[in-house]
Amino acid sequence: MLKQTEGSRAVAEAVAMCRPEVICAYPISPQTHIVEALGEMVKDGTLSPCEFINVESEFAAMSVAIGSSAAGARSYTATASQGLLFMAEAVYNASGLGLPIVMTVANRSIGAPINIWNDHSDALSQRDSGWLQLFAETNQEALDLHIQAFRLAEELSLPVMVCMDGFILTHAYERVDMPTQAQVDAYLPKYEPRQVLDPAEPVSIGAMVGPEAFMEVRYLAHAKQMQALERIPAFAAEFRQIFGRDSGGLTHTYRTEDAETIIVAMGSVLGTIKDVIDEMRQPENGGHKIGVLGITLFRPFPLARVRESLQGAKRVVVLEKSMAVGLGGILSTNVRMALSGLHMHGYTVIAGLGGRAITKKSLHGLFRQAEQEALEPLTFLDLDWNMVNKQLEREKAHRRSGPVAENLLRDVGVVAARNY
Amino acid sequence: MSFQPVKFYQTGTFTVGNRLLPPEERSVQASTKRFNSINSGHRACQGCGEALGARYAIDAAMEAADGRVIAANATGCLEVFSTPYPETSWQIPWIHSLFGNTAAVATGIAAALKVKGQTQTRVVAQGGDGGTTDIGFGCLSGMFERNDDVLYICYDNGGYMNTGVQRSSATPPAARTATTMAVGPEPGNVFGQGKFVPAIAMAHNIPYVATATVADLRDLEAKVTRAMELHGARYIHILVPCPLGWGTPSHDTIKMARLAKETGIFPVFEAEDGEIKSVLAIRRPLPVEDYLRPQKRYAHLFGKTPAIETIAHIQALADKNIRKYGLQARKGGH
Repeated sequence: MLKQTEGSRAVAEAVAMCRPEVICAYPISPQTHIVEALGEMVKDGTLSPCEFINVESEFAAMSVAIGSSAAGARSYTATASQGLLFMAEAVYNASGLGLPIVMTVANRSIGAPINIWNDHSDALSQRDSGWLQLFAETNQEALDLHIQAFRLAEELSLPVMVCMDGFILTHAYERVDMPTQAQVDAYLPKYEPRQVLDPAEPVSIGAMVGPEAFMEVRYLAHAKQMQALERIPAFAAEFRQIFGRDSGGLTHTYRTEDAETIIVAMGSVLGTIKDVIDEMRQPENGGHKIGVLGITLFRPFPLARVRESLQGAKRVVVLEKSMAVGLGGILSTNVRMALSGLHMHGYTVIAGLGGRAITKKSLHGLFRQAEQEALEPLTFLDLDWNMVNKQLEREKAHRRSGPVAENLLRDVGVVAARNY
Repeated sequence: MSFQPVKFYQTGTFTVGNRLLPPEERSVQASTKRFNSINSGHRACQGCGEALGARYAIDAAMEAADGRVIAANATGCLEVFSTPYPETSWQIPWIHSLFGNTAAVATGIAAALKVKGQTQTRVVAQGGDGGTTDIGFGCLSGMFERNDDVLYICYDNGGYMNTGVQRSSATPPAARTATTMAVGPEPGNVFGQGKFVPAIAMAHNIPYVATATVADLRDLEAKVTRAMELHGARYIHILVPCPLGWGTPSHDTIKMARLAKETGIFPVFEAEDGEIKSVLAIRRPLPVEDYLRPQKRYAHLFGKTPAIETIAHIQALADKNIRKYGLQARKGGH
């Protein structure tokens, strides 16, 4: 059924149709609307049976989910940013124990400086945690991916993180096609755990493992993700059969068939990129041969698919909302791995950190520069060099140059002036 | 009930051994049909108070729940000595997740059981004092205030013994640990720090809070049994001497626990809905020196020049416990 609704609300309704039995909630922007909506559904009885637990921290949220999942209940939580970092120890623990928890990450930057706006630093900080990571491009895909996530998690006994851009998706009102309960029930069978805490069949879970088997346990975590890589296209195909639309899978390409320049990106920025590509491809604009590869599945990373999609291009521009400080890009490092041995120009563009708008105008300029091989290997889109240089000068001039972020804000005039 | 008549050898105490009771009143542990929830063959040190406390507590919980108990366990000695596979000691469904999240994991298990209607299965969480009073305290307090249906048992041996005897917030004043060294003008742990979590648990107004020691195992069993009759958040804090960390002979674990109680160092009581209901009375309070002197962690108090002031300070704290909790037995009382 088509309806106009907020991204968070759409996700909450999709999660509710998946019949979660335990939901742990701790408030952090921009995820909060999702658990608020679910809490209301539990309280008024539309989502039943379900335990909605207001916990005291994100660390507790993931820990409660670990307990409930180990006791055989379908378990869900949502978080973002600092919250994801605060629960990091439990995030690794959930995947190490093989518990199929589903968690929404409403992508947001990580402080300091504290910033509530969107980028991908939070989810990508957990890229090696053993969770599957799916990135939604639109609100439709966000809600669809949650339904697929429960299926995937429970089939593989692995936790799944569904990442959607904070505010840009979570707070945007868009038209979405809501599935029916019957469709979701047809797609998502009842949860049958591989391991469960049951007095009738007692097991110890989470015992100490020494050097004699630890490597093998870790290898199996990798092998399971490789299995996921093989099975995800089938899950997406089955989804198309029941719900009648394409969602999920490994990657999405757009106008890459004859493209000499291919952009690689994740999340909602793909929409803007596609608009720019459409404009650049018009004959009156020069008919640029340019396309985009959207990464839906970040973990496991679809190396073969990415290579196949990019190998015909002359150059690849990875545009990412994340940064490996001291190295460059995170997504681009992964893409480079897929391209090993291929000779082509590769560019890393860091963009949109902390909610900095990624405009069509900037992308037009950026992509044209790339076509002329005039880009630096590592570019920070729309970086204000004046602001940066002023601070560097200040640090040269004064030992006690003061807190960096506050200096920059003063320079741009957000805070009352105080001269050194 | 099958039982063997056992001759009573216990001497030098004022307690009556449970083996003298008629069979129907005997303890869970005295029965040959006990659950052995934590089986023999584990790797605890000789004389480990925690292993003893856990054995009695979990078997009593199992007896009360008709064999339907799920346990969540914090990282620590109990987890390490009981689990290296394939030699797990646990005969019950048992999960270890992390050091600081045990109460929350237990909350999750209880929620799953509730949603599935398996309310006859009960949840016990357990951890040492580090996992309870320090790193797990946030999750513990959260579980308490939500009144989740979990019995949390803390085995308090006064420090991080698993990592090599470091200070926790349950380490008593003046005690030497690897991080409260017995050097300098004020050797050992600092006075005026630390917390007594049973009192904090009571402040949450949860249905049941009790303390116990491994010297009074009948009392410990009775408290676990009472806790299992109730629902909601329940907390039992058991003093479990650690021969390694305390520097006491393995065969003196029970004696040390008894001295902790008989000196007033460790008050033994039970509380319901935030109010103290009963205490384990001290008939003839003993001087704290009797408790401190045998322990190597207090050896610096008894050198060439005994630390009389420090010992007096500890005595004052014990006396305060006796007053505060009304531990002194009235004349003619039992």
